[in-house]
Amino acid sequence: MPRIPLSWLAEHVELPAGTTAAQLAADLVRVGLEEEAVHPAAVSGPLVVGQVVELTPEPQKNGKTINWCRVDVGAHNEQADDGTLTPRGIVCGAHNFGVGDRVVVALPGAVLPGPFPIASRKTYGHVSDGMICSARELGLGDDHDGIIVISRLGLDAEPGADARELLGLGDEVLEINVTPDRGYCFAMRGVAREYGHATGAAFADHGVATPADTAPATGGFRVEIADDAPISGRAGCDRFVAQVVRGVDASRPSPTWMQTRLTQAGMRPISLAVDVTNYVMLDLGQPLHAYDLAGVSEPIVVRRAVPADRLTTLDGVDRALHPEDLLITDSPAAGHGTRVLGLAGVMGGADSEVGSGTSDLLVEAAHFDPVSVARTARRHKLPSEAAKRFERGVDPALPRVAVRRVVELLLEHGGGTADPSLTDVDRTEPVPVVRLSLDLPARLVGVPYTHDEVRATLEEIGCTVASDSGADVVEVTVPTWRPDLRVDVDLVEEVARLRGYDAIPSVVPSAPAGRGLTVAQRGRRAVARALADDGFVETLSYPFVGTHQHDELALPADDERRRAVVLLNPISDEQPEMRTHLLVTLLDTARRNVARGATDLALFEVGAVTLPTGPLVAPMLPGARRPSDEDLARLEAAVPPQPRRVAGVVAGMRERAGWWGPGRRADHTDAVGAALRVASVLGVEVRVVADRDRAPWHPGRTARIELADGTLVGHAGELHPKVVSALRLPARAAAFEVDLDVLLGAHPDAPVQAVPVSAFPVAKEDLALVVARTVPAAEVFEAVRVGASSSPAGDVLEELRLFDDYTSEELGSGQRSLAFSLRLRAADRTLTAQETAAVRESAVAEAGRRVGAVLRGSQDSGLPTA
Amino acid sequence: MSDSATLSPLDADGISAAVDAALAAFAAARDLDELKDARLAHVGERSPLALANRAIGGLAPADKAVAGKSLGAARGRVSGALAARQSALEEERDARVLVEESVDVTLPVDRVAPGGRHPLELVQEQIGDVFVAMGWEIAEGPELETEWFNFDALNFGVDHPARQMQDTFFVADPASPDGSGSGLVLRTHTSPVQARALLERDLPVYVVCPGRTFRTDELDATHTPVFHQVEGLAVDKGLTMAHLKGTLDHFARAVFGPEARTRLRPSFFPFTEPSAEMDLWFPQKKGGPGWIEWGGCGMVNPNVLRACGVDPEVYSGFAFGMGIERTVMLRHGIADMRDMVEGDVRFSLQFEGTI
Repeated sequence: MPRIPLSWLAEHVELPAGTTAAQLAADLVRVGLEEEAVHPAAVSGPLVVGQVVELTPEPQKNGKTINWCRVDVGAHNEQADDGTLTPRGIVCGAHNFGVGDRVVVALPGAVLPGPFPIASRKTYGHVSDGMICSARELGLGDDHDGIIVISRLGLDAEPGADARELLGLGDEVLEINVTPDRGYCFAMRGVAREYGHATGAAFADHGVATPADTAPATGGFRVEIADDAPISGRAGCDRFVAQVVRGVDASRPSPTWMQTRLTQAGMRPISLAVDVTNYVMLDLGQPLHAYDLAGVSEPIVVRRAVPADRLTTLDGVDRALHPEDLLITDSPAAGHGTRVLGLAGVMGGADSEVGSGTSDLLVEAAHFDPVSVARTARRHKLPSEAAKRFERGVDPALPRVAVRRVVELLLEHGGGTADPSLTDVDRTEPVPVVRLSLDLPARLVGVPYTHDEVRATLEEIGCTVASDSGADVVEVTVPTWRPDLRVDVDLVEEVARLRGYDAIPSVVPSAPAGRGLTVAQRGRRAVARALADDGFVETLSYPFVGTHQHDELALPADDERRRAVVLLNPISDEQPEMRTHLLVTLLDTARRNVARGATDLALFEVGAVTLPTGPLVAPMLPGARRPSDEDLARLEAAVPPQPRRVAGVVAGMRERAGWWGPGRRADHTDAVGAALRVASVLGVEVRVVADRDRAPWHPGRTARIELADGTLVGHAGELHPKVVSALRLPARAAAFEVDLDVLLGAHPDAPVQAVPVSAFPVAKEDLALVVARTVPAAEVFEAVRVGASSSPAGDVLEELRLFDDYTSEELGSGQRSLAFSLRLRAADRTLTAQETAAVRESAVAEAGRRVGAVLRGSQDSGLPTA
Repeated sequence: MSDSATLSPLDADGISAAVDAALAAFAAARDLDELKDARLAHVGERSPLALANRAIGGLAPADKAVAGKSLGAARGRVSGALAARQSALEEERDARVLVEESVDVTLPVDRVAPGGRHPLELVQEQIGDVFVAMGWEIAEGPELETEWFNFDALNFGVDHPARQMQDTFFVADPASPDGSGSGLVLRTHTSPVQARALLERDLPVYVVCPGRTFRTDELDATHTPVFHQVEGLAVDKGLTMAHLKGTLDHFARAVFGPEARTRLRPSFFPFTEPSAEMDLWFPQKKGGPGWIEWGGCGMVNPNVLRACGVDPEVYSGFAFGMGIERTVMLRHGIADMRDMVEGDVRFSLQFEGTI
């Protein structure tokens, strides 16, 4: 993001003396330019100009020769006992300077980039009282040996003068964050304009075309724009300005002030031609390119790539080009537009690069389609400075101004002459006119802006407002540098922004009466609360999984949970899939907790899973208009089902041991109990049946939970011992997962109808029934329930509990005794002994019919009853 | 008093002595067992007064009335005294038992370890409640979403730089050789629910949508690829940025207390125009009170309304969105994002008592 050295900005806008980067940031944020960072001055502390008054070469044992110097640093000289000032003694290893030269001296207390603090130190038998600096030591370039002699920079200053100011090293630099709509703020010109808006400071626009910039251009280097495949009908290039400069000494360095500014702005100084084009880009916002004229043959042709085209870009990478890439080509002997010089607006090629031997240059400034540049930059992963600007929009009126600036700077610092002729292929469309109702800003923003205020604000940002003063709707011509202003609401934001967002009052709108939470929303909250109340801790996990996790859970190869939606660019290649069940990621959470020392654990998670059902391809449709109902249906069909589930894991001690006695280890009952609790919280009756084939659970200790009609709700039970050991969980860990959407779908919509509470006495009956051990308890329970509810006494079963499951040798192997307690009560009478007996008989008879149960004690063996 | 000498029912002195003896014995009984012995001795079947009573039958009719009256009074006194003593001793015993069976109630009682909710979920529920109280409703949408809803409907054109800035997880198309082109993504924000709400609901619409969102950031102290946002959308006739500001101020106060306030700064989002960044005044900010970035907002871009079949000439609306993680981190002083996403129970359990 752009870096703004304050002294550079001050060339475009009146910046009060003493403005700090923090103050600038505070001003700019009001108009929407956010601070990214404040980069402190490169050098702090005393950095001064010094004049070398004595220089004594002293050969050393190591073969090196050092210079023992006396340097006059004016007011910073050493004070002798008698009060006189004497030049400082400084040891220096470099030899490219002599007595009389003015150099840059870092005095003790200065901190150079690194940070490298300077102090007096003993070296080579002297006390060196400071340092004579090279360009590299000051962060001004890579030249390490060369001491800076300021006269060679074209500068002069008296001994003792502040060298930080002289060299621009005391500047703070503000880095700002520019939103995608404000491309023009990628330059000092744009930021200065915004600073003017923010503070009212006078802004001088250096990007305005002079009469010379609008004169007809003739006779320049021939350029043809031949875009035969515009993207979405937008020409890839609508302006191309080029000018030839001859006799430039390209080997000369760019001026130090320019190098300093480039460095402050975050770019590396490279060569005169490159530095000048970069400098003008940073200054005005127009990306530029300089070619070695000797390597370019007329005409330049701007065209789309064809299959055989390749280009080695300036970064040394040889690239195959895509038919959508817009190219700058030239026409050597091989033919018209055959040689690729660069990717338009993105990066130039190595072959036509300006070198130290270059004397004639061709300077290019063009305007390219943002979409075309963005796609090419993305395709080739080249987010260059030029591409960053073009894809956000560059002022199409700038190329002539920018080329003129580049030529001026080249001539000034490299000599030579510019051709009087100039190329300007200009196919830019006139800037659009936006119709704005002058009431709209007040209507949308809620601040009563007057019409005059609206007009004045728009003119302030460079718009021309049609001058019919009585009109409510005006035609606004937007400035060329604001391609983001295309419809009326864009102008509304400008009014609100410049008048200040802090002027907007705070008014709570009154929404119509709402319906509150939906049943599903209430239900999910109730489930989470119930589990938390039951001692489960809620956790969240990422939904990303990989094959190794299915393996750990021992899911069979053909398990449907292994079929998943896959991400194209996952965070980790190990986990490219979207989870198809919750347990896989929840168990990972459990493992992490155990690894961190948790021994007793009860966790749950509520979350969505993704089922890989459907086409998994959505139609691509345009925005800004409502799709047809058919298209909306296609969009919906493409979204895979993402049911919400709840899963839990329980391991270790479910009830703790303590002074009250031993604790209780978690087992399958905790998992099944939690799953049933979830169902009952949602008011749904479910059935429990054994499931012997469901990973990752124990084949003999797993319940399938289903609705009355058999619809699967989920599973619960003890985890398979192999899974427990693979995940290093406490032995006998148990888990459940149920589908909340299935349960919520089965939630009875009608309100519960209350049964009157009977005040008649209760009758208690116990029953012990003997059945084959293979008969599930749930079936016996159901038989007793149905039998007890349908006796001649009527439906008087208030409560039925199964309280014992008993096996013994006396019962016989293969038999079990299940004991039930019944609470019977009628709504309208006290039950008689005959009635309670009838309930018993009916229950026993039904259990006999359904599951072959026999009342214990009535068996043929004549064994005693319990 | 001896067993051999039977008390005559007419022996007034003797009766009086027997009564005194009984009262003395009751008074002397130190506990219920001793009282039981005293009762047997003085009011039991073989006690002098009982025997004397039985002897009334053998008296002359003239004496019967006298003896009956005097004995009845005597026995009444004795049984009264007995009952009084009985209840006094029972009370004493009960008090003693309660003292004896006291336990140390300061011993721990935590047989079952507590459970708890995750703060991210709690805060989402609280935010939902704040808006429901204003008459808004909570809207929902899928986490794996079409590009149309996530981008195009929200005015992110295919080549819009903002679409590239979102660090999107793309879903692979199983039928395409390089997997691209499915048109499906993990939603990068909760904003697609705006479009869904407008397409599904009748106007006016006032909804919030808390939910999970995804961007391809590596997990570190301040980033997580899976995070939560809450989206707000109001579309009605005559809504302005002032209503947006009012809603945000109310929301900030509900979550951060009565001192909270918000500030709007110009910004850019494709789906709003004008757009704003929203800062929150945060008194607990490290290094002193100050503004903290809280989220983005603005007036719904007319293109979004058009994509959802709403006429921007008639309706206007505002939208806002903020990160739940950031909200929770600010409110609860959480320094490291990883604590929130790793599922460590020690983290969630700290929020017991959040109501």
